[in-house]
Amino acid sequence: MKKVFSRTKGLTEVPFTFCPGCTHGTIMRLIAEVLEELDIIENTIGVSPVGCAGFSQDFFSCDFVGAAHGRAQAVGTGIKRALPHRTVFTYQGDGDIAAIGTQHAIHVAARGEKITSIMVNNAIYGMTGGQMAPTTLTDMKTSTSPFGRDPVTMGFPMDFPKVIAGIPGAAYVASVSVDSPKNIQKTKNAIRKAFKVQQAGLGFSLVSVLSTCPTNWGLTPVDSLQWLRDNMMPVYELGELKMTEEVAQL
Amino acid sequence: MEEKVLLKGNEIIGEAAIRSGCKLFFGYPITPSTEVIEYLSANLPSQGGTVLQAEDEIGAINMCYGAACTGNRVMTASSSPGISLKQEGLSFSAAVELPMVVVNVNRCGPGLGGLGPAQSDYFQSVKGGGHGDYRLIVLAPSKAQELYDYTMEAFDLADQYRNPVMVLTDGYLGQTMEPVILKERPESPEFDRTWVVDGCEGREKRILASYSLTNEIGEANNRYWEAKYKAIQEVEQRWESFHAEDAEYLLVSYGTTGRICKSTVLNARKKGVKLGLIRPITLWPFPVKAFEPHLEKVKGIVTVELNTGQMIEDVKLAVECKVPVHLYHRQGGMLPTETEILDYVEEMIAKDTREVQA
Repeated sequence: MKKVFSRTKGLTEVPFTFCPGCTHGTIMRLIAEVLEELDIIENTIGVSPVGCAGFSQDFFSCDFVGAAHGRAQAVGTGIKRALPHRTVFTYQGDGDIAAIGTQHAIHVAARGEKITSIMVNNAIYGMTGGQMAPTTLTDMKTSTSPFGRDPVTMGFPMDFPKVIAGIPGAAYVASVSVDSPKNIQKTKNAIRKAFKVQQAGLGFSLVSVLSTCPTNWGLTPVDSLQWLRDNMMPVYELGELKMTEEVAQL
Repeated sequence: MEEKVLLKGNEIIGEAAIRSGCKLFFGYPITPSTEVIEYLSANLPSQGGTVLQAEDEIGAINMCYGAACTGNRVMTASSSPGISLKQEGLSFSAAVELPMVVVNVNRCGPGLGGLGPAQSDYFQSVKGGGHGDYRLIVLAPSKAQELYDYTMEAFDLADQYRNPVMVLTDGYLGQTMEPVILKERPESPEFDRTWVVDGCEGREKRILASYSLTNEIGEANNRYWEAKYKAIQEVEQRWESFHAEDAEYLLVSYGTTGRICKSTVLNARKKGVKLGLIRPITLWPFPVKAFEPHLEKVKGIVTVELNTGQMIEDVKLAVECKVPVHLYHRQGGMLPTETEILDYVEEMIAKDTREVQA
């Protein structure tokens, strides 16, 4: 019988430690498959952040550097400038890239730094136990917005990939979701394209992935997927938000 | 080939970095350190190196962190408020044991402060500075030639101990033009590079990170670092003794004031006052050993500092209450003259004599 599915070489044997229904594992697997398909596992250095995404350093089979909260893209810049022929990617949560590390996210794009960033947006701080994120939706309850996020005092949710898309050095920015098989395929395509943009030296590439956090949302895994569709998708525009002409010709 | 040139202190540091094989520099302009990044921007790329002006000091130190992970020689330079911003990255760099050189051209503070020379960052420099329990090796040059020599030394020490090394200077040293001999760099020893992260081609994957949620592992890590710091304290204490052998009174001072104190000592000797100087070269590890030969003979010690009295704490620990330790200090960017220091010493001696007679 033909083997149609197996473990990707891009992941180690270390079992995922994520909560049931968390989509981090799906996203990591997609990245790992792309690394394997592009044959760049041994050529790649990943940078992990702080938070649930920080576990990524154990799961990928490429070299990894652990960064301080929010600093992954500055660390990635240092690695890439030292080793311009290696592939460098950061794997970060929404809080990491769009709050505590915003200055690096803006300037890594402005410099057209030839690295790839994967942003996992689940609208909440996962590891610290469900606090408000820059991406927390209006009226959404978290442990630091217990009566719902009030934009007047707590600010508005930020569609961060759109911010990055407006910066000249960003060559490719995509916003995708892993709520359905079809969207998972789109996510993988976007990740593949983002890495190819880096390989071609065309500039900075970002893939933002809408993701679930059933534990901190207080929902079942299945309900979480529907919550994502009903509440996040209307706020966070999906699609390839930015693609330079050179990227389109890839 | 050796050549004698006239350069600003900050430029000397830049030249020393290039000649030490520094491949990457990440920085952010701040007076009075800016000539370091300016000099390197003009001169490092033509030597095959990279200079990047970061979005801020936090970005710069984390770029150093990333580049140091690849085993390349890296440096950043800043002044006091910028060094405060770097503390997070320095803590992470110490935890992952990354060799890097960090230059602090100390300006006066707190807050934004002013641009004049100060030693107000002594505590921050020698006690780690950021969160967690770690140490930086701290070198304190007092003149142009030492800016050159100690910067070169800093790169070797960083590689030898896999630890960030700070070169602590000040606005006076950084901005003064002096002749310096650009000595040929001795052949650098081979350093272990089997820890670097540069793509796992043909080997097991490596992770450079400082994250551990297991307390037992946390303690083992801290003990490992502690042993390294103790070894450094044992081997790397450095200082200059100046007319200290027969001294009845000792000045202790580093950097710019250490240099001024040499004139004070010479003037004192002309007047028959048996004054000597211990000039710490490593501020961490503090040169405790420098004091051992003098504890029985010396009647009093004066630390001369540009702060409220910071190094004096380490001096008091070093002499274990066997000698009275006094403080002569200026602050806010002001420097003492050699005469003012001598006046203070003579007053102290006169007071000692009165007390003995009473």
